[in-house]
Amino acid sequence: MIKIVKRDQPSRAIFFFTPVLAIFLTLVAGGLIFFILGFKPFEALKFFFIVPIADKYGFSELLLKATPLCLIAIGLSFCFKSNNWNIGAEGQLTFGAIVSGGVALLFYEQEGFYILPIVILAGAIGGMLYASIPAILKTYFNTNEILVSLMLVYVSKLILDYLVVGPWSNPEGFNFPETRQFSDSAKLPLLFEGLRIHAGIFLALAAVVISWFVFYKTYLGFQMKVSGFSLKTAKYAGYKGKKMIILVFLISGACAGLAGVGEITGPIGQLHREISPDYGFTAIIVAFLGRLHPVGIIFASLVVAITYLGAETAQIFMQIPKYTGQVFQGMILFFLLASDYLLFFKFKFIGSKK
Amino acid sequence: MHKFFIRSFVSSLVLLFTFTVAAIAKDVKAAFVYIGPTGDHGWTYQHDVGRKAVEAAGFKTTYVEGVPESADAERVLRQLANSGHDVIFTTSFGYMNPTNKVAKEFPNVKFEHATGYKREHPNVSTYAARFYEGRTILGTIAGTMTKSNVIGYVASFPIPEVIRGINSFTLAAQKVNPNIKTKIVWAFTWYDPGKEAEAAKALIDQGADVIAQHTDSTAIVQMAEKAGVYAFGQASDMDKFAPKAVLTSVENNWGPYYVDRVKAVANGTWSQKDTWHGIGDGMVVISDLDSQMPADLRSKVKKLQADLASGKVHSFTGPIYDQKGNLMVAEGKTADDGMLAGMMTYVKGVEGDIPK
Repeated sequence: MIKIVKRDQPSRAIFFFTPVLAIFLTLVAGGLIFFILGFKPFEALKFFFIVPIADKYGFSELLLKATPLCLIAIGLSFCFKSNNWNIGAEGQLTFGAIVSGGVALLFYEQEGFYILPIVILAGAIGGMLYASIPAILKTYFNTNEILVSLMLVYVSKLILDYLVVGPWSNPEGFNFPETRQFSDSAKLPLLFEGLRIHAGIFLALAAVVISWFVFYKTYLGFQMKVSGFSLKTAKYAGYKGKKMIILVFLISGACAGLAGVGEITGPIGQLHREISPDYGFTAIIVAFLGRLHPVGIIFASLVVAITYLGAETAQIFMQIPKYTGQVFQGMILFFLLASDYLLFFKFKFIGSKK
Repeated sequence: MHKFFIRSFVSSLVLLFTFTVAAIAKDVKAAFVYIGPTGDHGWTYQHDVGRKAVEAAGFKTTYVEGVPESADAERVLRQLANSGHDVIFTTSFGYMNPTNKVAKEFPNVKFEHATGYKREHPNVSTYAARFYEGRTILGTIAGTMTKSNVIGYVASFPIPEVIRGINSFTLAAQKVNPNIKTKIVWAFTWYDPGKEAEAAKALIDQGADVIAQHTDSTAIVQMAEKAGVYAFGQASDMDKFAPKAVLTSVENNWGPYYVDRVKAVANGTWSQKDTWHGIGDGMVVISDLDSQMPADLRSKVKKLQADLASGKVHSFTGPIYDQKGNLMVAEGKTADDGMLAGMMTYVKGVEGDIPK
């Protein structure tokens, strides 16, 4: 007989094991779905998870896709660890891209080594400014940051729409909703000839290292952890809650803004309406799948990135509908949340005593 | 009933054609990149109908749907070019820069970009349809059928393509009914059923009793059906979604062009060109005319359709004035393609300003 028993303490081993379990269950369920749809499950999974990254180009695309996800998720982990629910990274990404794109357009047809750093900095500042809105409203007016940050996503997209349709649209572009192409000095350098992976990956790696240091080696990291466990305790310990809330939002916004910079000054090279396929929302899955741990987030961003690439390959070679990629992302999150049950409960096998 | 016979006749012709072509078809593979799902019953759906015509002509095809115009488009294109496809159709404006970029790296693969203007490499062609010819027909019907003399128009983005449609529609409506006004609502989307329905409702509330649309979902005709006003289908025959409201639809018929171009690749006769086909070449098709329209209007529309096809009638024939009363096209002249391609002013009779 099996009995379900509550654990005295959440198991640390299981904390890091459940994401792996969730990915495994997703693969099994995915295979099952392919089978039901009439595809050979193993072949489909091969086209989904192996073929896309089997060559140099594919691997570079994987890193290219994972870079913004990792960067945003690292930023979000600052918020989520300290109980601040920033759902609007997509908006911070968009606003960061707007500000940095505007600066890049200012330097249109100009060359100079100083341009790129200014463009990058502008993106980070843009993201921070945009993230400061829900942070300030939360700390001083007690509003719900989930709602405010989420709604601001739509506002940022409308601002972008307005700019690329109107004042910033390419004067030679027949009024199509896009800006001019940025000059080469405003673009992130490519790392390898013929591959799209660009210097933005170093921003993501730097964010990983810095976040690890802050989380585990600084007083701020400790404060965040305590606030995450219990806001009351944090207050009792005399932590300045408001300052910390604003700080984590600013960090999170800067990361999202930088992700936006990476897209527009990297593979896209201009501003238009579709700069991000919802990286800001997908990064929430990445952050949780990575257990808000810097190293975990690296792996999680690679896993989620591959669901995008795999969906394309599977459609090209096997005519599997491309939207299965989103099904996979949904399943990963679902199984992760479901297997979290094991954190707090365990199965006890009780032999019959007779 | 006769519709059924025409359809079966046409499909048997297609079938016959298929067998003949299948025998000579070389191993050419065509790929299609779509912005939306193949089930949108609008833009992407019609491109996929065109793809099926290519299959029916004996060629292998591949498609990828829901490809965002973000950094992802380039990867999909490169993957298709890398996996043995000889010709790739990229069916949304936003693929313009990625298409040209990837075309540079794959000089042996042909690229066909819909609705764009950049042909930076010899292996890139562009194609688009003269939808404004269809809108001349819709304007004629709207001007005749309206009782309130207010016609609503749900527009997507203020680009020449859309402005041209509004103008051609309004000019045709004025011709049959000088008192009409065209009211525009900009939805700033190509496909968003919620926003489109809201836009249609706003226009109906302002007294519009005929609604035209330049967005892709069926939400507008369904809203019109509910409100008891007339509407026109966009991209595909939307009659089945709103049988009472839809008077006719302007269908995008890409099949003949696609078959033509893929065959050209197979024969080695493909060369770069910029195609802009209308009713005459069959790229723009008018669906069945609804029986609610009076018989004389229907015969008038049939005649107009034939005249537009033969070139006897041009959608933009002078005198045409802009909103301020300045002459745009002189009496007896017609607007040339250059003017049409860059059209960014409303004609007289359109209400409001173009969003800037």
